Amino acid sequence: MSMLLRSWQAVAAVILTVLALIRLPMFGDGATTPPGNATLAIVVILALIGAFSALLVSKRQAVAAILFVTAHAGAWLLFSALLGNEGQARAPFFLLIAALWLLAWACVTQLSALRPESREAATLVRLLIPAIFGAWVLILWEAATRGFGIPFILLPPPSAIGARIANSLPVLAADVRQTIFKAVLFGYVVGSGAGFVVAILADRVDFLRRGLLPIGNFVSALPIIGIAPIMVIWFGFDWQSKAAVVIIMTFFPMLVNTVAGLTAAGHMERDLMRTYASNYWQTLFKLRLPAAMPFIFNALKINSTLALIGAIVAEFFGTPIVGMGFRISTEIGRLNLDMVWAEIAVAALAGSVFYGAVALAERATTFWHPSIRGG
Amino acid sequence: MNTVIQADKLNLTFQTNDGPVHALSDIDLAIEKGEFVSLIGPSGCGKTTLLRVIADLEKPTGGTITVNGMTPEEARLKRAYGYVFQAAALFPWRTIADNIALPLEVMGLSGDERRKRISDNLELVDLAGFGKKYPWQLSGGMQQRASIARALAVQPDMLLMDEPFGALDEIVRDHLNEQLLKLWAATQKTVVFVTHSIPEAVFLSTRIVVMSPRPGRVHDVIDCDLGSERPLDIRETPEFLKIAHRVREGLRAGHAYDE
Amino acid sequence: MLKSRIFPVLAVVAAIVAIWYVAAVFMNAPVQRDMDKRAGVTSTTWQLVEKTMSQAKPTLPAPHQIAVNFFENTFQRKLTSNRSLVYNGWVTLSSTLAGFAFGTVLGIAIAVGIVHVKSLERSLMPWIIASQTVPILAIAPMVIVVLGAINITGLVPKALISTYLSFFPVTVGMVKGLRSPEAMHLDLMQTYNASLGQTFWKLRVPASVPYLFTSMKVAIAASLVGAIVGELPTGAVAGIGAKLLAGSYYSQTVDMWAALVMGSVLAALLVFSVDIVSRVVNRMMGGRPA
Repeated sequence: MSMLLRSWQAVAAVILTVLALIRLPMFGDGATTPPGNATLAIVVILALIGAFSALLVSKRQAVAAILFVTAHAGAWLLFSALLGNEGQARAPFFLLIAALWLLAWACVTQLSALRPESREAATLVRLLIPAIFGAWVLILWEAATRGFGIPFILLPPPSAIGARIANSLPVLAADVRQTIFKAVLFGYVVGSGAGFVVAILADRVDFLRRGLLPIGNFVSALPIIGIAPIMVIWFGFDWQSKAAVVIIMTFFPMLVNTVAGLTAAGHMERDLMRTYASNYWQTLFKLRLPAAMPFIFNALKINSTLALIGAIVAEFFGTPIVGMGFRISTEIGRLNLDMVWAEIAVAALAGSVFYGAVALAERATTFWHPSIRGG
Repeated sequence: MNTVIQADKLNLTFQTNDGPVHALSDIDLAIEKGEFVSLIGPSGCGKTTLLRVIADLEKPTGGTITVNGMTPEEARLKRAYGYVFQAAALFPWRTIADNIALPLEVMGLSGDERRKRISDNLELVDLAGFGKKYPWQLSGGMQQRASIARALAVQPDMLLMDEPFGALDEIVRDHLNEQLLKLWAATQKTVVFVTHSIPEAVFLSTRIVVMSPRPGRVHDVIDCDLGSERPLDIRETPEFLKIAHRVREGLRAGHAYDE
Repeated sequence: MLKSRIFPVLAVVAAIVAIWYVAAVFMNAPVQRDMDKRAGVTSTTWQLVEKTMSQAKPTLPAPHQIAVNFFENTFQRKLTSNRSLVYNGWVTLSSTLAGFAFGTVLGIAIAVGIVHVKSLERSLMPWIIASQTVPILAIAPMVIVVLGAINITGLVPKALISTYLSFFPVTVGMVKGLRSPEAMHLDLMQTYNASLGQTFWKLRVPASVPYLFTSMKVAIAASLVGAIVGELPTGAVAGIGAKLLAGSYYSQTVDMWAALVMGSVLAALLVFSVDIVSRVVNRMMGGRPA
């Protein structure tokens, strides 16, 4: 009994596999190329090997490795069996996918409990766990769309989206150039820079600070994105209008954060600079700006996401015939959902890279901050 | 003799939400060149406030005070003193060497001069070889030594120290007290030292100013000459204990009328 | 105290309004000169300035034009009229609130799961953090169109986008909040031999409340943006976003600005109400008034 308690996922996987075997065949009568019994047998054997290793083997690394291989090899075999039989899958197919998914879950549970000794192994496990999760989101998505035969215009399978990305690289690259390298970067630099300069100004003139800060805080909560159509009317269809939206959206977070950051230096440190008879600019550059860096980078990170959103949404209101927002809105109109998803995947990648670059710069600049040095 | 700090009828009243607080009341005090003067008293007696007035970090509301014959502000602008805070207050984004360079950069000294002073002062506080470390990589005692080196790098006539070892444990504190004494003997600087520890005050000082709270006043001034050679063991000698007893009496008397 | 706080704000607002008027004159003047030339009218400088502030489709409407339009469309129209800003505001507000409510519940549920199930935390948390760096709003039009294709229209698709946008901040804030009790407090509960549930309700939940409200303020603003953007693609006939889109088709700039003002009023009201609730809860829990 205690053996069964070791992994409820494995027990459930065995039950699902047995249920699948009872309710064969896997595919309906309309299947054009039904798979041979050999494929089915291998999948079932893989599932059972995985499940029983989780119940019987006591070494964690071994269990995790066996589960990892069996779950993913099984899924891969099932997908190859699905080829040409889209929309014809019956209950056993989904039961087997579910069983394999439970094995992957058991694998993640094992990995989470691992305490690797070396640093590299710990990093590998830390990356592997979310990677397995992400992979299974795609596997279940693929299985559902192709197994049930969900219409392409509702939800294309990930494989089709991947193929679309591979086939449309020039178009995607042109969109990225228009939206990110023109509108986003220009607007981000100008908007953040302006917010920073005004924050310094507000710091020098106390009256300005007390007037601007509440307004800045208020505006940060507003749906500024709504300004997009007006900017399109003012600055035309090309990237300048999108950059204008990005400037307005990134200005306020930078203003508010920098003003807050400039008050972050401690009293003792300020007194210290005073005992050195340090002037305003010396204190600003040697003490207050370095101390404000974590706040400034916080704004830069918020802004990296805001800038992308601003530029893409602004393109919904009109663009020349290129740009990520343009592509998304026109391809939706033509119901080319795979292209829309491809563009979204690129946007997600661009957003992560942008954010990652800012985060790396933050690590290099504020290496001394407790949150980064981990103390 | 040569008076460096002269306070006459010094008063300071803070305006707070609960009404005025009389932090300093009619303080008369003269400190001579080369002295080691400790200000001791319970919290709220104004000892730190007095030190901050000398450093021009607070402005008095009455009376006069001169530092090196000038107003405290003029003295501050001429960088007449080095100030050591309760905490090391080292900038975490600068290495130890760069932290010591900080006041020198503010003063506009050349790179060569800065490098020389950094290595000299690191040596002086026994931190040679730690210049490239960051503050958070050092122990609390080492950090406070670095902050003393930073204060000395300005080459001031005076050191103003505000409970510099208050946050450290007893053993480290003893060790730093010994080192400070050696430093003082070697450099001949005037030191004004705020503390709430009786043994520390007696061990280090040539004169002890006992203060009492509400309003902050000077209660007693005790001469304390234990000779220039002072090993830690001296704290068990009768002379030491006698002075310590007098300081304790002073503190107790200052406390008496509000309990 | 109050005076020294409000006066600078009023001064800055006044300066913005003044700059706005000047900008309106300069930005509208070229069009006005063209119109005058075509009509064969010559106007003095002062007449020109006056005309720039009363155009039907100005490049930048003067503040009073926006105010008049906002007032008319808010207070002087029947609530059922589709030009009424109250009606359009309500359409947006209802999907915002629905999405926010779902998003908050979902966010809290996921956070509770993440805090208690180790494998869930390790597999889900990196994705949740990564997804904050992604321009999620880009999928809004697709959600609307795809759901429209299977005959789900109206409030639900928009609320779905709002849900999506609001659950991320709530999850992240709530995970932080549920983790915020110090080791000492957790040890204390352990010495009482408290069960998981007891520790959760008596320690983790109260400790997480400030974090929850902070992230709810972010979430409700994000919800509103989600609802507005959700109204942009074809199909939406009412709502702040639809007003903006219609305005941009016909260059009805005054209408657009009035819609923007309505959006801002909604945002202010929403954030303000969350703030009030958070203060009341804080008071009830014996917290110091901030």
